Amino acid sequence: MSLGPYASFIVTSYAAAALVVAILIGWIVLDYRSQTERLRELDRSGVTRRSGRSATDRP
Amino acid sequence: MSLIDLANPTRFLALTARVLPWLAAATVILLAIGLYQSANAPDDYQQGATVKIMFIHVPNAWLSMFVWGVMSIASLGTLVWRHPLADVAAKAAAPIGASFTFLALLTGSLWGRPMWGTYWEWDARLTSVLILFLMYLGLMALWRAVDDPSRAARAAAVLTLVGAINLPIIKFSVDWWNTLHQPASVMRMGGSSLDKSFLIPLLLMAIGFTLLFVTLHLAAMRNEILRRRVRSLQMMQASRIAFSSEAGTRGDNASNEVGAA
Repeated sequence: MSLGPYASFIVTSYAAAALVVAILIGWIVLDYRSQTERLRELDRSGVTRRSGRSATDRP
Repeated sequence: MSLIDLANPTRFLALTARVLPWLAAATVILLAIGLYQSANAPDDYQQGATVKIMFIHVPNAWLSMFVWGVMSIASLGTLVWRHPLADVAAKAAAPIGASFTFLALLTGSLWGRPMWGTYWEWDARLTSVLILFLMYLGLMALWRAVDDPSRAARAAAVLTLVGAINLPIIKFSVDWWNTLHQPASVMRMGGSSLDKSFLIPLLLMAIGFTLLFVTLHLAAMRNEILRRRVRSLQMMQASRIAFSSEAGTRGDNASNEVGAA
C-alpha cells in the first residue's frame, strides 16, 4: 500500500482519530472505576439507598 | 423488557451490563473490517491516496450531526415527557459528539491542505460545523456550571433544541451557498455517485463508528447514573451528619437548662 506524496496527512488523520477514540474510551473506563469506587466507599461507611439495596447492587 | 422498563435507571444499568460487551465486540470487528477495506481501497483519479482520509472524515462528520440529533430527541424527552433517563442521555452524548465533530474538522482540514491548498476556508459548510463544535463545548460548560442536574437539564435541553436549527444549515449549506466544500455524494437524490470500491469501505467505517458511538454512549450513560447515585448518597450522608450534630447540640442545651433550673 503506497500512500504517495501526502502520506503524512493520511497517517496524521488516522493517528488523530485513534488517539481521540483512545482518550474517549480511557476517560469512560476511568470514570466508571472512579464512580464505582466512590459508591463502595459510601457503602462501607453505612450510607445505603432508600430502597435498602447496596449502592453498588444490580437487580 | 419494554421501553417503559428502561425508564428505571437500575434496570437500565442491568441492560447495559449485558449488552455492552457484545456491542464493544461488534464495534471492534466492524472497524477492523472497515480499516482493512479502507487500506485496500484504490487511489482516486483526482484525490490520489488522500481519498483514504474520507473514510474517517465522512463518518465523523455524519456522527457530529447524528449525535446532536440524538441529544435533541433526548431534550424533548426531558422537557415534554420528563423521562428520567433523557437528560442522562443528553449529557452523556455531548463529549462524544464534540470528539466526533473535532475529528471531522481536523481530518477535513488535513484533507483540504493537499486538495484545496489550504487547511481552512470560511465557507458555509466548514463554518457551520465549527459553530456546531462550539455549541457542543458550550453545552458541556453549561452542564458543569449548574450543580443541580435537574436544573441544568432543562437549560441544556432548551439550548440543544435551539442549536438543532444548525443541523439543516450544515446539511444544505453546500446547496444553498456557493461553497468550496463539495456537495453530497452518498446521501442524495438519485443515489450515491461513489464507486463501490469507495462506497463499501465508507459505509463499513460509518456503521463501525456509529456502533462505537452507541457503545460509548451507553457506557457514559451508565457512568452518569452512578455519578448521580453517588451525589444523592453524599447528600444523604451530609444531611445525616447535620441532623446528628444538631440533635447533639439540642441535647447539650437541654441538659444545661435542667442543671440551671
